[in-house]
Amino acid sequence: MVEHHAEVLRGGVWQQRVPGWRDLVATLLVLGVVILLGTGARQMVGPFAAGHQEAISLSPAALPFYVLRTVMRMLAALLASLIFTFTYATLAAKSRRAEIVLIPLLDVLQSVPILGYLSFTVVFFVSLFPGNALGPELAAIFAIFTSQAWNMAFSFYQSLRTIPGDLDEASRSFRASAWQRFWRLEVPFAMPGLIWNMMMSMSGGWFFVVAAEAISVGDVQIALPGVGSYVARAIEQRDLAAVGWAIAAMTVAIVIYDQLLFRPMVAWADKFRAEQTAAQIVPKSVVLALFRRSSLAGHVSAPIGEELHRIARARLALPWRLPLANGWSPPRGLVDAAWYGLLIAAAAFVGWELAQYARSALAWDDLKVAAGNGLLTFFRVAILIMLASLIWVPIGVAVGLRPKLTERIQPIAQFLAAFPANLLFPVAVFLILRFELSPKIWLTPLMILGTQWYILFNVIAGASAFPTDLREAAASFRVRPWRWWRKVMLPGIFPYYVTGAITASGGAWNASIVSEAVSWGSTRLNASGLGAYIAQMTEAGDYPRIALGIATMSILVIATNRLLWRPLYLLAERRTRLD
Amino acid sequence: MAAQNEPNIIELRHVCKAFAKPSGEPLPVLEDIDIAITKGEILGLLGRSGSGKSTLLRIAGGLIQPTSGEVLYREAPLGGPAEGIAIVFQTFALYPWLTVLENVELGLDALGLPVAEARRRAMASIDLIGLDGFQSAYPRELSGGMRQRVGFARAIVSDPTLLLMDEPFSALDVLTAETLRTDFLDLWIEQKLPTKAVLMVTHNIEEAVLMCDRILVLGSNPGHIAAEIPVSLPQPRNRLDASFHAIVDEIYAILTSRMAEAIGERKQVHGGMGQLLMPVSVNRVGGFAETLAMPPYAGHAELGKIAGPLALEINDLLPIAAALHILEFAELEGGAIKLTAAGHLFAQSGTEERKRLFREHLIRFVPLAAHIRQVLDEREGHRAPRERFEFELEDHLNRNDADSTLRAIIGWGRYAELFSYDDRTRTFGLDLSGQ
Repeated sequence: MVEHHAEVLRGGVWQQRVPGWRDLVATLLVLGVVILLGTGARQMVGPFAAGHQEAISLSPAALPFYVLRTVMRMLAALLASLIFTFTYATLAAKSRRAEIVLIPLLDVLQSVPILGYLSFTVVFFVSLFPGNALGPELAAIFAIFTSQAWNMAFSFYQSLRTIPGDLDEASRSFRASAWQRFWRLEVPFAMPGLIWNMMMSMSGGWFFVVAAEAISVGDVQIALPGVGSYVARAIEQRDLAAVGWAIAAMTVAIVIYDQLLFRPMVAWADKFRAEQTAAQIVPKSVVLALFRRSSLAGHVSAPIGEELHRIARARLALPWRLPLANGWSPPRGLVDAAWYGLLIAAAAFVGWELAQYARSALAWDDLKVAAGNGLLTFFRVAILIMLASLIWVPIGVAVGLRPKLTERIQPIAQFLAAFPANLLFPVAVFLILRFELSPKIWLTPLMILGTQWYILFNVIAGASAFPTDLREAAASFRVRPWRWWRKVMLPGIFPYYVTGAITASGGAWNASIVSEAVSWGSTRLNASGLGAYIAQMTEAGDYPRIALGIATMSILVIATNRLLWRPLYLLAERRTRLD
Repeated sequence: MAAQNEPNIIELRHVCKAFAKPSGEPLPVLEDIDIAITKGEILGLLGRSGSGKSTLLRIAGGLIQPTSGEVLYREAPLGGPAEGIAIVFQTFALYPWLTVLENVELGLDALGLPVAEARRRAMASIDLIGLDGFQSAYPRELSGGMRQRVGFARAIVSDPTLLLMDEPFSALDVLTAETLRTDFLDLWIEQKLPTKAVLMVTHNIEEAVLMCDRILVLGSNPGHIAAEIPVSLPQPRNRLDASFHAIVDEIYAILTSRMAEAIGERKQVHGGMGQLLMPVSVNRVGGFAETLAMPPYAGHAELGKIAGPLALEINDLLPIAAALHILEFAELEGGAIKLTAAGHLFAQSGTEERKRLFREHLIRFVPLAAHIRQVLDEREGHRAPRERFEFELEDHLNRNDADSTLRAIIGWGRYAELFSYDDRTRTFGLDLSGQ
């Protein structure tokens, strides 16, 4: 019987042994990627001295190498984020006591502007590996990590909390160990959401890579070889052509990244969709198809696959788990009380220490300045989101209702969302200077340059998912345009719009730090606002005020999330349910 | 059954289960359950939804711990999911990212077998259950019947001693369910399964009589064993046999007489305010009454006879019958239902007249409806929050039943235009004009 099914087990197709063109292309792809990554990795651990750094060259010929280095950092950070996600989110989902600490903490971590981490950690990482490039590299990677990890962890945590009851019961009734359950049930179930969030994280990472590579905190000045440093130097030198080259190189890098990494992943992850129905649009990837059809790749990867399969099936049950469960355990309420007491004590202690520190370093006026700047940025974000919604919602609906157009526009919108908009800032600044525009007004749109696309592509997704029968019903009843928008289309896309707007507003807050204060050569434009405040203080190395600015921003972001977005999201969810 | 010398496969002794309400107080779902399953037996647990039968099955499977009482599996206490017990789920519970083969292999993961051995056994089980050729398919490519076959293959692959089946055929269409039932019974009768005993949960009376050697009828609130019915008909059984029908009718009689009794008792106390209502659409009640009024029934039918042609299962049928009985459009006697004079009128009248009649009976025979209307009439602004009635009901009913009763009364009150209800603000009102 085993022989009878042998070919079925290997994927259901009989495989030819003669290498074909697909094998050649697949081999080249694999070798190329391996060699490139190897080269980049060797550079990372080279000697390094803050005093005499290698100058960043503005020659376009140097760019491919810089892009490679930057991509390496992104990959390393993504890997770190993945490991963080698997541990942190799992702990939060499995332990009720850990959850009450970890989840609010994650909420705060998510709202802290990414540059905030950089200013506090760079000194630590540099001192960790003195005289080695690994220190600043790690600082940069950590900064990118902070732009990627939180939403991934959130998505994973939420997936773990929403595992369907019957699948959970099945895995328990078959007595799967925690390890088996993790790889067989939890990770696969979370996979689509996780990959989607990894893509979003990647976009965030690209955005901040520029800031993370050209580190400038107080008197620490580091420029790691990479696209970010290249752009920073181009700005310093007022070299618009070099900025153009960087934009071109970045475009190519993002397209390659997308094709080689994310497309195959999305296409592959399609099988993890929990719905039992077939999807209308099946994601496709040329690269994945190539590797799937290449028999050589099949032969090489089969043993690896078998091994991974074996590892996932291994029981790895914790031996101490059973005796503990049967033995005496203190009453739950008592442990809870002790735990909460500990938490409150720790929070009180940290609060007291912070208050002491703030009293000695800050004055009441600082608080007023930070709050005033915060309000300014808050209104900017609010107005920008409204404007972007007014523009992109109608366009998104128009596109989403036309499947042909959607097919063409949607990848572009997603690409634009992934593109680091801050590469375009120098161009905008150049124009502002050229036409002598007011920076207070004209720097503002830069905040949403990169994140407005989330509104667009979420609305497109919503409009294209709008049920055909509801559209036809509205058409056959000849619903008037105004009512059509108010009663038919807007409620239909509302949940999607809210999702997009949440991402866009979060992104705009983050972007304010890089967009409210920009420079072109020696010219500095300052739009004032909380972002500009934080950027200024970072440059001056004034840690108490950096902390104050960051805290103000976190509080504002959390407050808007709690008071505006979350209720809206819940409303959207409630309103679009039929049962 | 004859006295058994062999030990019981599984035994539940004085098992109680209560879930904690959000307020903290316990909500009992099962009370003092004693069950023993012997070797070679298919035991059926029959009850309406909400009778705790699925909870009971999960307790037997070690997925849920009872609040009190003990579970003995092969004479040893059961502390959690154990080797030798496998479950077939109502919703199949297949992993959508695993192929048929991988899903079946999942049933062996806990045994830590070598890969080749696991594969051999999985293939054997796939062959046995009639899935050969589908091993590399993903569940979403399969029809419901084929999916449940995967569920069966996954359950039997580990050679379980005890097979637990949680309404395994209820998510399938009638034809598919029949095929799967027959296939399973064939394997069972020909002893091709290593399984020693089966515990099956169902709300389908005919299915229970067709498959089980013994049927335990569960009563609700909290779940308890209301009756035990041995089925000694030889396999394969014929649905058309008079003896088959006799058992079906007997079960209907047990279920309905208990229901009628409970309705009668509740009517006597607290001015009838504690009457438990089950949400059921007035359209279904009307449709059922129409059918009942027409030939061949002419206003009188055995529930077992009328359920078949209308394709109603007890989950649908009992709430309809209860509604007719409570509103005094019909009377339940034994396993039969008989339209009253008002019921005949109700069945034959047109939309407006039927509505008027329904409203009249609702006010007269459902004290809760009259009470809500009275409160709304007396209040200024004619509005009252749902909570208010929830609290009142919870004096007499547990939380689930109070909720079910409120949902029923909202539906009926809306139909009768007795009052209105706004779900967003959770308030009752009298704005019957639309805005």
